[in-house]
Amino acid sequence: MTNLLTIAHVSKAYGSVVALDDVSIDIAANEFFALLGPSGCGKTTLLRAIAGFEDPDAGTITMTDNTPTANPPTTIDLLALPPNKRPVNLMFQSYALFPHMNVRTNIAYGLEREGLPAAEITQRVDEVLEIVALTDKATARPQQLSGGQKQRVALARAIVKRPKLLLLDEPLSALDRKVRAEMQIELKRLQHEVGITFVVVTHDQEEAMSMADRIAVMHEGRVQQVADPITLYSKPANVFVADFIGSGTLICGTVTASGFDALGTRLPAPTTTTTGSAVLLLRPENVTLTTDPHHAPLRGTVVETHFYGGSSTTSIAVPGLDAPVIASHAGAPTVHAGAEVGITWDPTGAVVIPG
Amino acid sequence: MPSIGWLRLPLWFTYLFLYLPIAVLVVMSFNASKIPFVWTGFSTRWYGELAQNELVREGLINTLIVAIGATIVATILGTLLAIGIARYVRSAIVEAYSLAPAIIPDLVLAIGLLAFFSLIGVSLSLFSVLLSHVVFGMAFVAAVVIARLGQTDPSLEEASRDLGASAASTFVRITLPTLAPGIIAGALLVFTLSIDEFVIAFFTDGPSTPTLPIVIYSMVRFGVTPEINALATILLLVSFTIVISAQRITRLTDAV
Repeated sequence: MTNLLTIAHVSKAYGSVVALDDVSIDIAANEFFALLGPSGCGKTTLLRAIAGFEDPDAGTITMTDNTPTANPPTTIDLLALPPNKRPVNLMFQSYALFPHMNVRTNIAYGLEREGLPAAEITQRVDEVLEIVALTDKATARPQQLSGGQKQRVALARAIVKRPKLLLLDEPLSALDRKVRAEMQIELKRLQHEVGITFVVVTHDQEEAMSMADRIAVMHEGRVQQVADPITLYSKPANVFVADFIGSGTLICGTVTASGFDALGTRLPAPTTTTTGSAVLLLRPENVTLTTDPHHAPLRGTVVETHFYGGSSTTSIAVPGLDAPVIASHAGAPTVHAGAEVGITWDPTGAVVIPG
Repeated sequence: MPSIGWLRLPLWFTYLFLYLPIAVLVVMSFNASKIPFVWTGFSTRWYGELAQNELVREGLINTLIVAIGATIVATILGTLLAIGIARYVRSAIVEAYSLAPAIIPDLVLAIGLLAFFSLIGVSLSLFSVLLSHVVFGMAFVAAVVIARLGQTDPSLEEASRDLGASAASTFVRITLPTLAPGIIAGALLVFTLSIDEFVIAFFTDGPSTPTLPIVIYSMVRFGVTPEINALATILLLVSFTIVISAQRITRLTDAV
């Protein structure tokens, strides 16, 4: 995989508030990359720094041009360029469609600024209008469009410039649930079709997990982990990632030479090389309930059950744990609230996180 | 439900109180009689005489020079002031000071300007009136444009820059068009305020170039003539037209 964007040691503070703290991320060409984190984690600041609307206090952001025309590959220092000279386009959270222009002139705006011939502009605008299926809305004003249509115009306006990198700031947050699900698939399809590297900022972990090839989880201005969705879920690097991605139960304990001790007992856990205090992560689908509490590593009382049609989840209050243990399995619930159950799990599916 | 129609009486009385004097003025401007309070028949004679009145014509030209000049200068400065305040100033006090000339009493402003002009040695003329009208005019424009800026999405300009436009091009193609309704409304407001402004003009004008309100004032000193009623009616029409169109422009774009 060739590297397109290299973010190295980028920091940014607003007064005493640290927005970005020594952030380093490499993004590959043609990748669908997500910056994921709760609000205030610095993900939008990073996106705006790439686009040119924030000046980092320290660090570098460079882009490598690997196209066959650029031989040998050239490296562009993005921070040295003003926003209008960067080969990067940003799709704003508010979409920022120009209200005094119609759909066609909104999309053509960027190409006109490049000074392209009128015939080429018309042709390229027609092409993207077709890609986003808005040909029949070309003369409509932004205020006459629905949320999903506005989003597609904003996308068309950015991709018509054929940037090497497209940045999307919370692209789906303004849409209602149903449209959002459609646009997730649509964005993924488009990214394949146009072959542009996408960097999406989102606070919605399901959105990031379902769309992105790789995700950088951010918290308090720091990158917590960069990995593909499956690795993030199954091998979280720290407690924050374990808690933020998916659901599960975290049990604080100690790793000794012989095993994992917590709640005054020895719990099944994968073997690790390091010893000391650690957290054991149990994913709901890895937890099994038994009707024989006395031979299970943990036991507790069923608090509630939820049936979702194809699957169900059970919450079990375990003495000594703040939050109930969540178990999920296919089919209808097999236990009732108030029942005493034993809790077992596959140790190889559990994760020990040092910390 | 019991009728509460009588509660509307105060409303109608208020309207009557507000508009009856104006209605009398408009009606009397079409009075054939020279005595302004006795109706003798319909006539447009006073409008004709008004057109022949050299003093009024000169006053009108002076007023238009001041109003058009002040509108242009105040609109440009007021717009820049609004953008500057909205972008770069995070101080409510600075913002309040910039809008103060629109609020402080005309008399205070007039005396202050007169003192200022004599201090820096500017002789009183139409130019000094124009400058004085710019002072309060730009405050009005700034107030309207700041309100408009508050309604616009700040990422519009960033989007323009992102799509490859320079800062100057962004200002012309994105900033100005999105602020245009506010700028136009502000300009019309300044024009309306300027054409019938008396107090400040009276203090800061030179003796040889009276503006229309000053001309009217000197005519009224010898009694209200039907000619003045006709002139007032025309001014009323102009002001109403401008204020209503300013309101419509702002409302049209608010719906957007």
